[in-house]
Amino acid sequence: MSAPNKSYDPVEVEALKPEEIERMRDEALAAFTAADSLDALQEAKVAHTGGTSPLALANREIGALPPHAKAEAGKRVGQARGAVNKALTARQVELEAERDQRVLVEEAVDVTLPYDRVPAGARHPLTTLSERIEDVFVAMGYEVAEGPQVEAEWFNFDALNIGPDHPARGEADTFFVQGQGGGTESGVVLRTHTSPVQIRSLLERELPVYVICPGRVYRTDELDATHTPVFHQVELLAIDEGLTMADLKGTLDHMVQSLFGEGMKTRLRPNFFPFTEPSAEMDMVCYVCRGESVGNPDRPCRTCSSEGWIELGGCGMVNPKVLTACGVDPEKYSGFAFGFGIERMLMFRHNVEDMRDMVEGDVRFTRPFGMEI
Amino acid sequence: MRVPLSWLREYVDLPATQTGRDVQAKLISAGLEVETVEHLGADLKGPLVVGQVLTIEELEGFKKPIRFCTVDVGQANGTGEPQEIVCGARNFAVGDKVVVVLPGATLPGGFSIAARKTYGKTSHGMICSGDELGMGDDGSHGIIVLPPETEVGKDAIELLELVDEVLDIAVTANRGDCLSIRGVARETAIAYGLPLSDPALLDVPGPNAFGYPVQVLDPVGCDRFTARTVTGLSPEARSPIWLQRRLQKVGMRPISLAVDVTNYVMMELGQPLHAYDRSLVQGTIGVRRAEEGEKIVTLDGVTRTLHAEDLVITDERGPIGLAGVMGGANTEIADHTEAEGTTDIVIEAAHFNAVSIARTARRHKLSSEASKRFERGVDPQAASAAAQRTVDLLVLLAGGTAEAGVTEVISPSAPHTIAVAADHPDKVAGVEYGRETVVRRLQEVGCDVYGQDELIVTGPSWRPDLAEVNDLAEEVIRLEGYENLPSTLPKPPSGRGLTHRQRLHRRVGRVLAGAGYVEAPNYPFVSEQVFDQLGLAADDPARRVVTLVNPLNDEEPALRTSLLPGLLGALRRNDGRGSHDAALFETGLVFLPREEQRVAVSPPVDRRPTDEEIAELNAALPEQPRHVAAVLAGSREQAGWWGKGRPADWADAIEAARTVAREAGAELVVRSGQYGPWHPGRCAELAVVADGAERVVGHAGELHPRVLKALGLPARTCAMELDLDAVEQVGDAIPQAPSISTFPVATQDVALVVDKFVPHADVEASLREGAGELLEAIRLFDVYENAEQLGEGKKSLAYALRFRAVDRTLTVDEASAARDAAVALAGERTGAVLRS
Repeated sequence: MSAPNKSYDPVEVEALKPEEIERMRDEALAAFTAADSLDALQEAKVAHTGGTSPLALANREIGALPPHAKAEAGKRVGQARGAVNKALTARQVELEAERDQRVLVEEAVDVTLPYDRVPAGARHPLTTLSERIEDVFVAMGYEVAEGPQVEAEWFNFDALNIGPDHPARGEADTFFVQGQGGGTESGVVLRTHTSPVQIRSLLERELPVYVICPGRVYRTDELDATHTPVFHQVELLAIDEGLTMADLKGTLDHMVQSLFGEGMKTRLRPNFFPFTEPSAEMDMVCYVCRGESVGNPDRPCRTCSSEGWIELGGCGMVNPKVLTACGVDPEKYSGFAFGFGIERMLMFRHNVEDMRDMVEGDVRFTRPFGMEI
Repeated sequence: MRVPLSWLREYVDLPATQTGRDVQAKLISAGLEVETVEHLGADLKGPLVVGQVLTIEELEGFKKPIRFCTVDVGQANGTGEPQEIVCGARNFAVGDKVVVVLPGATLPGGFSIAARKTYGKTSHGMICSGDELGMGDDGSHGIIVLPPETEVGKDAIELLELVDEVLDIAVTANRGDCLSIRGVARETAIAYGLPLSDPALLDVPGPNAFGYPVQVLDPVGCDRFTARTVTGLSPEARSPIWLQRRLQKVGMRPISLAVDVTNYVMMELGQPLHAYDRSLVQGTIGVRRAEEGEKIVTLDGVTRTLHAEDLVITDERGPIGLAGVMGGANTEIADHTEAEGTTDIVIEAAHFNAVSIARTARRHKLSSEASKRFERGVDPQAASAAAQRTVDLLVLLAGGTAEAGVTEVISPSAPHTIAVAADHPDKVAGVEYGRETVVRRLQEVGCDVYGQDELIVTGPSWRPDLAEVNDLAEEVIRLEGYENLPSTLPKPPSGRGLTHRQRLHRRVGRVLAGAGYVEAPNYPFVSEQVFDQLGLAADDPARRVVTLVNPLNDEEPALRTSLLPGLLGALRRNDGRGSHDAALFETGLVFLPREEQRVAVSPPVDRRPTDEEIAELNAALPEQPRHVAAVLAGSREQAGWWGKGRPADWADAIEAARTVAREAGAELVVRSGQYGPWHPGRCAELAVVADGAERVVGHAGELHPRVLKALGLPARTCAMELDLDAVEQVGDAIPQAPSISTFPVATQDVALVVDKFVPHADVEASLREGAGELLEAIRLFDVYENAEQLGEGKKSLAYALRFRAVDRTLTVDEASAARDAAVALAGERTGAVLRS
């Protein structure tokens, strides 16, 4: 359409008259001034600078002029378009500033509105605390070992030097799986600790063995505020050449420092377990009062009952008899083991007051623990 | 074991400044678990004196009998005048010596005594009972009547040893020696580095032929039997105050002199003793195993039917005692209050096999002070001394005569020696103690030690627990102090981190929690009725359960074969507590019995079990796969300012299963299915393809209304359960990256009309196949049913198909051709017709 028009008639190119171009420019400037919003300005922009705007059409006509007239007309139109674009930009900046000042404010929302469309889920703190402990040891090079919860007595007792007459093997402490005769002759129990996993690890793995065994265990305690028949333990087993009680102590210290912070330490007290010799009870310094509450009635500590220490669990050097039952040469290898209950640690680490809260699955208890602890 | 500090001091000359707390700290560090230190008489304040009752006036007209007494307290009241006291107890008479607390005193519990008006009289103090003085149980609950020879006006706090400290020690199973004052004194002496005055070091006459005849028929069950006889005991003799008080402090009730003396010596030396009324024993005393079904009435009055393994003490008639556990009623010592008290006594000090006693005690559910000690190990060498000590006390306190006859039946046994490297304790501890320290510590606990680099160690008779080299190492390490162990870290070889399976378990937890589910681990105990409630068919394999012999709750004797019973229980609990919009999940083991139940026979423990033995043990265990389950009810999306909520529905449950499978990298086949707990029209059967074969691994959808009613669950509760192990096994361990084309996408939408019951999955699968490799993605974006527009029994499925080539921009014709091919195949396979 804008091809050169060879049979032009200068008189008919009304659009390129100077007064006409001024008018077009003035109309554009007036329209921009009149635009009171960015949307209105956009409309004015299309009307006065777009491809079908008067100035754009006039611009096209320049090509139809005789050569001598082109330069002047081009200059006139160019100046007008320049002024229009400048005014447009200026008005654009002006209106954007105004929008920033006023319109965005008007569009404000109440950001405190909740958006709990799908309420958050959570993992159970017994799971996540167990994983947290696993991670401490995995970082040291230990591997996580697992085993069955319904377990043969040999793995749960015999191999751990818990002889057939040990009181823990009675029905008062251990759940027995019914044999075909209806009695305890099955030789199968619900594991009473995660120690059978240590035995399985020693039988299945190459030496040296460094494993951590978390899991569910069962004892015939009625559920109350401080007992549950189904609970969770984490046990550790390290069997290598030349391991010592000092290594056990260092490993425990490292664990409590990882879980409860710098400066934490443990204490060993002699005790007796069939599967370790020497055996010890392990305590950690109270992570809340750090022992400051002992003998200090002005600063009582709820977490440790002002004892300064919190009982963690049992530990010791693996009894050579246990190694023998697993085919490990006790002359060459030694090692240590420890175990403790996750429920108890959850209670004192997170101020859980009643163990029933951990087993009832109430979403109000579990939600605050989120994904990791 | 309760240990009065005053008694302990008799054998260890502790510095006077040492308190019970100090001793506790020392003993704890040496390995005795001193749980508490009880401070007897801590808040007791005198005057508390001996008085003699002068007059008793019975006051009438009150609800209970009341006595107005005058009591001579000597000069203790400052005047020497009789003290006027009102008393409600009746077990005393004029002339009796009693304990009187005078105004100004404070009794245990902060109870202040002042003169006060009561029952119309003024009472200037109280006549005291044992309870009021915090003395422990003397069985009478009445006031204390002192021996007539007690001096009037004497300070009763000292006389009754009311101020003392008592250590309560939880003795571990290996330290039977510490169930005696002697044993604890030995540990105390070592801990303080002080000498021990051993109360068992007594002059004991050698055995002779004229002691009471004893025949031990089972020398394995009883390797030592000492019998001594004391005659001419005064039937009126009573235990002196000091002896009664010591028994009370260790937690025993004084009964009669002979019984009290045997209990006292047991507490002192750790040797259980038994006293027989000689007039009631007929003939030779024997020790043998019981005959099956034989009966005995024990001292507690219970008739017990014996087992062939029970060890019994007999006379000519049969059993007169359950050896090492409890005596028989037929030879019981008569109390001094009875008409004819016992005057002649045979004393038994024997040593019985620990396992045999433990079994008998457990079999008869009869744990006694004696059995507790025999089970944990009694010093066999202490028997003669204990018998001697008993004889001495009976002679001293009851005016008896020790017969010269001494019976000792002893089965010879070689002392147990242990060869141990002198540096073994160093190696166990990781500390260089040195040979000298090791030898010294072992000698301190009573071992005989010979040798240089290799030590030959003989443990003392009272420490049968010292049997292995590590037992000796422990003695050295604990006495050198566990608190002095250094803290070092071993250097494990580099680990491989968590296994794929372990990481998956964590991820499944996270992804479900991220989708709004809350983890709720449940007990695995279920009732068998729950399978009816879940609507399982009579022959459903999930009804085969592992059953417990001794469940906590008889209603729930079985182990779960599905996570649903527990998880639905938790959902019901949440609903009941007002959390109506709950979504829960659990991962955990289920227990599936094998076809044939085998017995897990324990192999020996002196060697590694063979691979066959291990396989047999494992074959006796049920299968224990890990499952994952999710349940939900109420709103899945809540209503809010954004608009309406959305109720939880079958699709959420299926999506939970898909989410788990996606996390596992497993392809999950979802198809319409029917299974017990689920709504028959809203149940998806979930399957995976393993080794070319499809395997059903779970179900998901809305639960059957009948199940919801039976279990008391909210309407429209939905659930899914998957065999997580099976899903894990087919999952891709290493996901492969797709190739990403940067050429433009060509999008084509199609709406297909099919019969209502044609599954979308089939339509989509044929569209996918028909579209060929240019198809990048397909997504169902609308499902529409309208009988008028589509016809009866029809539905419209609208899909967005995205086409893209890896090497060029597709033309409109290419994309349309691929779409047409897709629609054509869908038409062929599913009867789908392009909606016009």
